[in-house]
Amino acid sequence: MKHTMFSLKKFDYKKIRNIKDKTVRKILLGFGLTAVIFIILILAFLLMEGLPFFFNGDSIDFFTGDVWDPSSPNIPRYGILPMVLGTFLVTLGAIVIAVPIGVGCSIYLAEIAHPKIRETLKPVIEILAGIPSVVYGFFALVVLSAWIDDFFHSTTRLNALTGSIMLAVMMLPIIISLSEDAIRSVPREMKEASLALGLTKWDTIRGVVIPAALSGITAAIILGVARAIGETMTVLMATGNAPVISFDMLTSMRTMTATIAVEMGEVPFGSIHYHALFAVGIVLFVITFVINFIADKVMKRFREKY
Amino acid sequence: MKWKKIKEHIIYSLLRLTGLFIVCALAVLLFYIISGGMGKMSWDFLSSFPKDGMMSGGIFPMIIGTLSLMTLTMLIALPIGTLSAIYLVEYAKPGRFTDAIRLAVHNLAGVPSIVYGLLGLGLFVVFLGLGLSLISAALTLAIMVLPIIIASSQEALRAVPQNIREGALALGSTKWETTRYHVLPYALPGMMTGSILALSRAAGETAPIIMTGAAFYITHLPSSIFDEFMALPYSIYTLATQSSNVEATRPTIFGAILVLLLIVLCMNLVAIIARNYYRKKYRW
Amino acid sequence: MSEDIEIETKNLNLWYGDKQALKNINMKIPEEKVTAVIGPSGCGKSTLIRCFNRMNDIIDCCRVKGTILIDGKDIYNKKMDVVELRKNVGMVFQKPNPFPKSIYENIAYAPRIHGLKNKKKLNKAVEKCLKQAFIWDEVKDRLGDSAKSLSGGQQQRLCIARALAVEPEILLMDEPCSALDPIATAKIEELIRYLSKEYTVVIVTHNMQQAARVSDYTAYMYIGELIEFGKTKQIFENPYEESTENYITGRFG
Ligand SMILES: Nc1ncnc2c1ncn2[C@@H]1O[C@H](COP(=O)(O)OP(=O)(O)O)[C@@H](O)[C@H]1O
Ligand SMILES: [Mg+2]
Repeated sequence: MKHTMFSLKKFDYKKIRNIKDKTVRKILLGFGLTAVIFIILILAFLLMEGLPFFFNGDSIDFFTGDVWDPSSPNIPRYGILPMVLGTFLVTLGAIVIAVPIGVGCSIYLAEIAHPKIRETLKPVIEILAGIPSVVYGFFALVVLSAWIDDFFHSTTRLNALTGSIMLAVMMLPIIISLSEDAIRSVPREMKEASLALGLTKWDTIRGVVIPAALSGITAAIILGVARAIGETMTVLMATGNAPVISFDMLTSMRTMTATIAVEMGEVPFGSIHYHALFAVGIVLFVITFVINFIADKVMKRFREKY
Repeated sequence: MKWKKIKEHIIYSLLRLTGLFIVCALAVLLFYIISGGMGKMSWDFLSSFPKDGMMSGGIFPMIIGTLSLMTLTMLIALPIGTLSAIYLVEYAKPGRFTDAIRLAVHNLAGVPSIVYGLLGLGLFVVFLGLGLSLISAALTLAIMVLPIIIASSQEALRAVPQNIREGALALGSTKWETTRYHVLPYALPGMMTGSILALSRAAGETAPIIMTGAAFYITHLPSSIFDEFMALPYSIYTLATQSSNVEATRPTIFGAILVLLLIVLCMNLVAIIARNYYRKKYRW
Repeated sequence: MSEDIEIETKNLNLWYGDKQALKNINMKIPEEKVTAVIGPSGCGKSTLIRCFNRMNDIIDCCRVKGTILIDGKDIYNKKMDVVELRKNVGMVFQKPNPFPKSIYENIAYAPRIHGLKNKKKLNKAVEKCLKQAFIWDEVKDRLGDSAKSLSGGQQQRLCIARALAVEPEILLMDEPCSALDPIATAKIEELIRYLSKEYTVVIVTHNMQQAARVSDYTAYMYIGELIEFGKTKQIFENPYEESTENYITGRFG
């Protein structure tokens, strides 16, 4: 050993350090595994509690039956269709409202708004995203439903439209912030090339920026939709919760999430009804998982492009 | 040419309107809540038990319930979430297993909260026999926020440039020393920001706790983690939908909402300010 | 060759996934001399020197076959302690990568983790390393400042000082000047010449003149293979291989 200017070799911390390093690695691995186990448990328990329904209950009626009436004294019926329809219509309504406003706002923020306006709008969006869903639900129940009633003179104050509008407001922060990111990550050279050809700013936005960001915007919308489908409290409090098949947005409807929330509190553990609600949970899980998966793939494709 | 200008003008105005819509939505929401709840705000309201079937009195047990639920959730989710993120980013070798974890973590962040509620009911309340309790609800919320905490922590860790790690390793640091002294100090603010945001989301969650331990009305505070508890979001929900006297309970609901919003938004605010501060501080 | 051998590679092969990046490298790097590794970009220069302190370990898809002896010990042996190895084989990177801490902390960090806790000795060590790296005079009054406040050239010399603080015997440098201006480069070259009195230096560069100026030996690589290795004077004036000559003259011309 030649260089011993401050005699490091005299201190031999090597062994302690190595032991420490190895121990920490093991501890961290342990925590990593815990997280994995938790995640596996979600699947395991959904299946464990939901699958018995398919063995004992009437699983054909579950997917095709148009009546959900688990507490009927005669024949309890477990048809999921009314709730799937409810979820579908309420979500569709929310999409129709939220997508134009959301995408429009993201274009405005990313391309048009003065930086100062942008800096003030961003926290507004973050606050909207942070408001708990029960608060939105309460607002829909008390304020929004009265407005809708005044405007449409609907037969029921709580209806699908109320739920859709409220959900739209809740979806907006997701759609706006993710779309804005997508639009902003379009390379500046592309925009400059278009502007240099003498196109106006709007032509550039429409012809170059939006097409380039389209897959990112799509992913943002899909994620917003997943949020809407999974939202519980807002629809529970806003849509009136009647499990009927109807295409009228001004009637009461009930979503899958609301059904679980309303009924789970009152069922005896282990009953068919209990397992049926887990079966609804499985359907919900599969739908949202697939949607998120698709959004992820679309987003990845977008990222690879730039 | 002129027509085109007018058309663009109209489009720009429409886009501007969408921005205005967002601001109005928040303003209207906050206006109703603040004007409805402000009158209720008093020390008495915050510190006393509800009376007369919750038509009067305060919301003290709900506040305590929500805060203890948050604390417990944090104690469970924070170590598991951040430490497994460190494992995934700094230690895990790429392969099928790691990919599977990444995929799961990523996609589970989008699973509806009610599904987590089902899990909590099946696993903690029934299977593990923890019953309807604070601990069941906290475990459920912890699992719910875990994917978010892991994802944001991973992002924060990845933001530390690789050449800093190489520099430390080349000096003969062990893997842990490198992580501890040269990665964590710079990733920690980001990790905490993401975690606070995730927890603030949990604070306002209602659906999962309906099934795992929140109670409509109890006369005492939870004495242990195995007790049922009252929580602000659940009380808001039950009072708003199940009360027999709507007009009489409404001020209490508004008051509870205002308090819940303050808790949630304060957490958000802390997280956002911290993020902006550290974003400026460490520019690699 | 008359000198003692510090690093010896025997049939060294390396793959990134399926792609072979080093093919049968056999070379003997002499002690207390400067050895330059030159070759077109992507030929495996960085990969080669990153084998000497097993920095490639952190790249997951990387696989190594063959032997590397340092001081006669096989560093890819299972029993080899990587931490100990890296303490003995310092490295300076292409882009200066000081820790975002104070100048003092950058230097003091390594001796401290290696067990030097005494405050006075630590101060002495920091001073000595900074002096050795010709940067002491520029920073002695601002040791508490952030290392990021230094210029690029100063940052790189700080990184060299930081590497010296673990008392290595070998110093690996991967294009240490490619991000620097000519004046800063001249300073570092002078420093390298000075360090070679005590250290074995292996420097990767794609600047021919730099290789000619600072090195005693030169290795010329081409697409993962070691084409030629010898005294710098001989390689530059009278290369055996045509490929070497083309590369060198091409760059000089
Ligand atoms: N981390 C890596 N993963 C995969 N391939 C790599 C990696 N690093 C380098 N390579 C490949 O190995 C070859 C040699 O690279 P490198 O040693 O960096 O060349 P040089 O330093 O001579 O420019 C290149 O073809 C490069 O693409
Ligand atoms: Mg290189």
